[in-house]
Parts: sequence; C-alpha cells; structure tokens
Amino acid sequence: MTVPSPRRWSGQAIFMGWATLVAVGLAAPFVVYPVFLMNVLCMALFASAFNLLLGYTGLLSFGHAAFLGSAGYVAGHAAKAWGVDPLLAILAGTAVATVLGFVIGSLAIRRSGIYFAMITLGFAQMVYFLAVQLPFTGGEDGLQGIPRGRLLGLVRLENSFAMYYLVFAIFLVGFAVIHRTIHSPFGHVLRSIKDNEPRALSLGYDVDRYKLLAFVISAGLAGLAGATKALAMQFETLTDVHWHKSGEVVLMTLLGGMGTVLGPSVGAIIVVTMENYLTGFGDWVTVIIGCVFVVGVLAFRRGFVGEALNLARRFRS
Amino acid sequence: MRALFGQLLVGLINGSFYALLSLGLAIIFGLLNVVNFSHGALYMTGAFAAWMGLHYLGVPYWGALLLAPLAVGLLGVVIERTMLRRLYQLDHLYGLLLTFGLTLIIEGLFHHQFGNSGNGYPVPELLQGGSDLGFMFLPRYRAWVVVVSVAVCLASWFVIERTRLGAYLRAGTENPRLLQAFGVNVPVMLTLTYGFGVALAGFAGVMAAPIYQVSPGMGSSLIIVVFAVVVIGGMGSIFGSIVTGLGLGLVEGLTKYLYPPAASTVVFIIMALVLLVRPAGLFGRQK
Repeated sequence: MTVPSPRRWSGQAIFMGWATLVAVGLAAPFVVYPVFLMNVLCMALFASAFNLLLGYTGLLSFGHAAFLGSAGYVAGHAAKAWGVDPLLAILAGTAVATVLGFVIGSLAIRRSGIYFAMITLGFAQMVYFLAVQLPFTGGEDGLQGIPRGRLLGLVRLENSFAMYYLVFAIFLVGFAVIHRTIHSPFGHVLRSIKDNEPRALSLGYDVDRYKLLAFVISAGLAGLAGATKALAMQFETLTDVHWHKSGEVVLMTLLGGMGTVLGPSVGAIIVVTMENYLTGFGDWVTVIIGCVFVVGVLAFRRGFVGEALNLARRFRS
Repeated sequence: MRALFGQLLVGLINGSFYALLSLGLAIIFGLLNVVNFSHGALYMTGAFAAWMGLHYLGVPYWGALLLAPLAVGLLGVVIERTMLRRLYQLDHLYGLLLTFGLTLIIEGLFHHQFGNSGNGYPVPELLQGGSDLGFMFLPRYRAWVVVVSVAVCLASWFVIERTRLGAYLRAGTENPRLLQAFGVNVPVMLTLTYGFGVALAGFAGVMAAPIYQVSPGMGSSLIIVVFAVVVIGGMGSIFGSIVTGLGLGLVEGLTKYLYPPAASTVVFIIMALVLLVRPAGLFGRQK
C-alpha cells in the first residue's frame, strides 16, 4: 500500500483547517437537512476510526460493523428501556464497544495480514447472530422509536437542530482524539508497524500491544459513532451489524483516501450521499456500490484526498 | 436418537460444502495470494446456473453438474484476466477488497433478477427416495452429496500431491519466479488455477441446489463460516481443509441437537478457542 508520507503542516495551517471545519459544521444545518447531516457525521467518525487501523496501522478489520452496531443497540436500549440521560446512553454504548474491541482485538492480533481480516469478519458475524437472537435487540424489527431525551436534563434533543449540534460536538471530540493519536509518538510507532513490522519489533517495540491499543481505540470510537447514530436516527436495526456495513466503511475509507486525516470523512460524505440519492434504484444500489468498489480498487487507490495531496505535491516541486 | 443422527447428517452435508469451498479458497490463496471473497457468490452462481439451465433450457441435473462449474470457471477466468491480474504486485488486501466488490455486484444482479425468495430445485429422479438404516432415515441424494464431495476433494488432493501438474502448482506456491525461469508459463497457470478454484465453488453450488433453496443470499452467509473454517484449519494443507470442513459440519450438527441457539455461533467460538491455543490453525504452519 502506498500512502503519501506524512507531511508537516505549520501550526497556522492546522488552526485554519480546524476553524474551517467548525465554521462549515456550524453553518451546515441551515443549508442541508439536519438528519441527513447527522448520518453523514456519524459515518464520518466511524470511517475515521476505521482508518486509524487500516490507514495508520495497516490492519484491515472486516468486522467494524460489530462495534458500530453493538454500541447502537446498547445506547438505544439504555435510552428507551431505562430512560437514562442521552450522554450516559452514548457513553454506555461506547464502553460496550470498547470492551468488545478489547476481546476481539486480543484474539485477532494473534494472526496477521489476511487472516486478521477473516477473523474480524468471523467475530462480527457472531455479533450479528447474537443481535438476531438476544431478547433486547428486537430481532428482525430492531429498536424503533428510541427517545433522544433531554441533554443533562436541560436541552430538549427532539429538536433536530439541538441534536445536530450535539452530534457535531461529539464528532469534533472523536476527530480530535484521532488527530491527536495519529500525530503522537504512539501514532508514529503505529505507522512504523504498518511500514515494516519486523523492524519495529527489532527496535524493541512490543508490536502486539501497540496493535491492540490501536484496535481498542478504533473500536471505541466506532462505538461512539454507533451510539450517537442510534440516538440521532432514533432507530437501530440489523443493518448496522451486517457485514455489508463493514464493507461500506472500507469503501468510504478507500474512496476518500486511506491514511489521510480527512479522507474517510470525504468518503463518508460521498457514500452516504450516493446511497441517499440512489434509494429509488432499489436493488441496483448494491450493484452500483460494488462497481464503485471495483473501480476504486483497480484505478483509484489513493482516494480523493490522496490524489489531491499528490497533485499538490507535484505542483509544488 | 433419530433426531441426533438426523442433525449429524445435516452437519455432514454442510461440512461437505465447507470442505469443497475451503479447498478452493486454499488452492487460490496458495498460488495467487488472493483471499477470494466472491467464492460464496460464485457458489450461488453455480446453483443458479443449474436452476436457470433446468428452467430455461431444460438441461437436466447431470448436465448441470458438468456445465455449471464450467460456466463459473469461465467467469473466473474472465475475472482473473481482466481484474485480479492487476493486483498481484500490491498488498494482499486489495485482492480481498476487489472480490468483495465483485460479490456485491454478482449478488445485487441476482437479487434484482430473482428477488429475495428461494427457488426450489428438484432432486434428480435417479437419486430420489432413500433407505431406512434402523437408527435413521438416509435420503439417497444426501448420501450422494457427501460421497461425491469427499471424492472430489480426495481427487483434488491426489492431483496436487501426486501428479506432475500438482508439482508445478506446489512449486508455484513456493517460488513462482523460479518456476517461470524453468520455462513454465506461470501467468496462464494462475488463470487456470483461479478458474479451477471457483469451478469447485460452482460445483458445490450445483450439489447444493436440490438441498437448500436457490437464493441470491445463499453464498454470503456460507462464505463467512468458510472463512472461519479456514482460520481454524489453516490454509497450509489440503488434507487439513477437508478434515476441518467435515469436522466442523459435524460439530455444528451436534450443537443443533444439544443446544440449538448456539448452532450458528459455535464455529466462531471454536475459532476463538483455536486462536487462543494454536494461533496458526490446527493444520497450519506459523510463518
């Protein structure tokens, strides 16, 4: 996998980037339908969390839907059956996904490469079967009519604008965690594992522990996205734990550009928008997504952001 | 008692399909280094090829048993020639991603054409009925499936381990560049290997058509279990994938008898245990 080597951005450029992101995020619901935006933000966080593994550690998890979905079910159940505060519900979902990430991660990192993908896919399928069978998930119907509640007992989240800004704030927190992780010394070790695992090992890094920690962070943030999504959309169904979802997040990351900070978010915008406009085509959606996948793998492996960075670099030199 | 043996037979049938599919996966992975996600979709294509042959062209089961794998194999050759070939120099992950995309396309197309529901396929006349063994009723077709699957697996094992062609194949797995230097046309060998591997999947599909409902989703639910089978057995040995496939089918059948709710997850639980105890897989070699 060729990923453009990380470049140093000046502090000013990073600040401008964040300012633009926040400004666009604040203004967006006045232009675009907030519920659609919330979906995009949750998937963008999901894909960014996934990219921490694929793009920066070189681990292809083919079962990330397990974390998205399980957190969604737990948060939805906590909000609906126990009526807890929405923040608490989201935290509960995130916690469950994190623990699940620890369990699956510590088993999966025992094999590497392509086996890692198959193992995560297998465990995610197990989570899917559990979601079908467990009593609180509602089986084929899923959880419907999840209440958004009042944030800290004060702000009514039934208002889509209020909910949107909560989702946006959560997205920013998650995104900041990922950004910080990537640019920390820990992140550099992850990248060295991706580039040359035996070498990282011979330099004295306990590779397995680094991989596991990256996996747990990624799973936890995927859970954060899933829990938030369950409250924002007010339903949680088997779609979120299905292997199609695990494939979808790979597609988002691939299209946007794996190993780039903004790529997965760009990919999420593209894929969610595409699905939104294609719903009229029925069965063809799967076929079209499949074609995009094939073309992406064959001819567009850098993704949009990767290509843009590449162009910029060529322009500069 | 009858219920137990009934479930074990169902397990043995499932196990035969696990064995056939994981054998194809192992052969393809060994030489091409590609994890063929579309294996399940091509198995489904084989079943539909048999079904369409019967309904549109009047091709009987016996014809389908030969023609459907051939058609699926040809489709595989096209896929390898036009797409997979471009990815050999890259990370293994891209092969998996490409075949994943192909799975979505194939399944989506069949879904569009035939809807979600299953289509029945009649058991061929020669194999209808069955015999009572005293402790269980054995339908003739099911016995046929188990026997033929094991026979095909053993034949593949024989070809790969005991013939000159198989020697080339093993040499290619070990060191393709050296093999090419000896004058073997490796690119053609890769194409044919992929074609043969997916033809095995198509063959399994035809065998499965009279047992399960022929439906667009029949492959994807199976392939994920087969991946788990491959992780458990390890892709190192062909004999290993046959034994693991049949064994896990039996375990699944046994679970269905003892504690039905766990039947769909037992393979993954075993996968977790194997990863804890023997990470390289039961028959695998740790690299």
